[in-house]
Amino acid sequence: MEKRKLIDENGIRLDGRKWNELRPIRMEVGTLKNADGSAYIEFGKNKIVAAVYGPKEVHPKHEVLPDRALLRCRYHMAPFSVDERKNPAPSRREIEISKVIREALEPAIIMEDYPRTAIEVYVEVLQSDGGSRVAGITASSLALADAGINMRDLVVGCSSGIIDGQVVLDLNDIEDKEGSGDMPVAFMPNLNLITLLQVDGIYTKEQFKQAFELALEGGRKIYRMQREALISKFFGNTQPASAEEDEE
Amino acid sequence: MMPKVVRKFVIPGDVIAVGDYRSGSYIERRDNQYIALRVGLAEIGRDEVKLNPLSGPYIPHVDDQVIGKIIDITAFGWQVDINSPFFGYLPASFVFGKEFSPSTHDLSSKFKIGDLIAAKVEAFDRTRDPQLSIRGPGLGKIPKGEIVKMSPTKIPRLIGRKGYMIKMIATQTGCELKVGQNGIVVLTGTPEGIVKAANAIRMIEQEAHVADLAKKIQSYLSGGAS
Repeated sequence: MEKRKLIDENGIRLDGRKWNELRPIRMEVGTLKNADGSAYIEFGKNKIVAAVYGPKEVHPKHEVLPDRALLRCRYHMAPFSVDERKNPAPSRREIEISKVIREALEPAIIMEDYPRTAIEVYVEVLQSDGGSRVAGITASSLALADAGINMRDLVVGCSSGIIDGQVVLDLNDIEDKEGSGDMPVAFMPNLNLITLLQVDGIYTKEQFKQAFELALEGGRKIYRMQREALISKFFGNTQPASAEEDEE
Repeated sequence: MMPKVVRKFVIPGDVIAVGDYRSGSYIERRDNQYIALRVGLAEIGRDEVKLNPLSGPYIPHVDDQVIGKIIDITAFGWQVDINSPFFGYLPASFVFGKEFSPSTHDLSSKFKIGDLIAAKVEAFDRTRDPQLSIRGPGLGKIPKGEIVKMSPTKIPRLIGRKGYMIKMIATQTGCELKVGQNGIVVLTGTPEGIVKAANAIRMIEQEAHVADLAKKIQSYLSGGAS
């Protein structure tokens, strides 16, 4: 089978984006009433809900950490999230992604503030379109902030990769499958610390550098949206009151 | 004149101020930067930075009054759900006195599973669950009332300056309000009064960050009066 071209002669990708453009993104905080914290994200065709429970008591008891919280993450894809029905049982891939999401979020949370407790993060992919782990991380960190858990910084995820030999930002499903490399990155934008970096495909040194910087740049754009989503949930469009007004 | 206090809305990771300040809870200092750890309203005074968070779990503090539900009876005390990551523990000796003995005293005669109690946090550190006591005025079993839950971080707004807000709600609705720092409020009064007070609490919860909240609540309470 001949491979189709993923970028045309004008440098436009299959879905009409330029090499350094993100897909349309929408975020919402506090979508679920019953969770302690929650967020919903639409990232291109991805639709993902993240929910946080806790801190709460740990079960089973032997997993308790005496000096810090225990973070549990579950990344799960709904059976209807892909073209062909996905078996709802956790797959190898989902177990692995759950682990990397946990490790991407953990550095942001001040675990020592909640000793002997568990914090649970559920990432539910309702519709999947490539880059769902980074979108899931972005949504989970909003959900954690919504739950009021002490955090050093938000965590934002973004991916880049190589298609048709060119470094591009934010691969969608087709580009991910038919392209030659994919690099999901998660980081804390204010602290400037990387919490997740995965790479597949073969990169030259130059390409690696370019892809990495591109993912960070994309992440910073997503961070601004994250920020807006949090502010609009908690403060709407009100302004902080000046001090005089409050002295009653 | 009072030094002007600057306020701003912050999210985790935001720099509240740079310089040298005394800092309150939910703030981390990095070099000379003060970083917010929660979503909330930051206040930067002349020599102090504070953060009033808008969400979060209840973390017990000694001397807090809390309202909890008995969930288990052990040989030496009660386990109490205090709407927190940690369960409260009420030792039987705090209730029956020093001469308490598990063989002569029946714990369920005092509090049964499902009973609601008002208690005080007697001791709490990070290594053990909070210890409660019911010694003090207004503490003990709550026989009746309507429970309203709100975010524990917004309880100070419900109480208001020197109890201004809560007194206003109590007098205008004719209800009695028992407030736990853990975000549980028990209302007793006429059905109409309870509905009104509960609505006022909802308003406070939704608009905790709004400036002239007291005026708003006042106009709601007097406006709907019949």
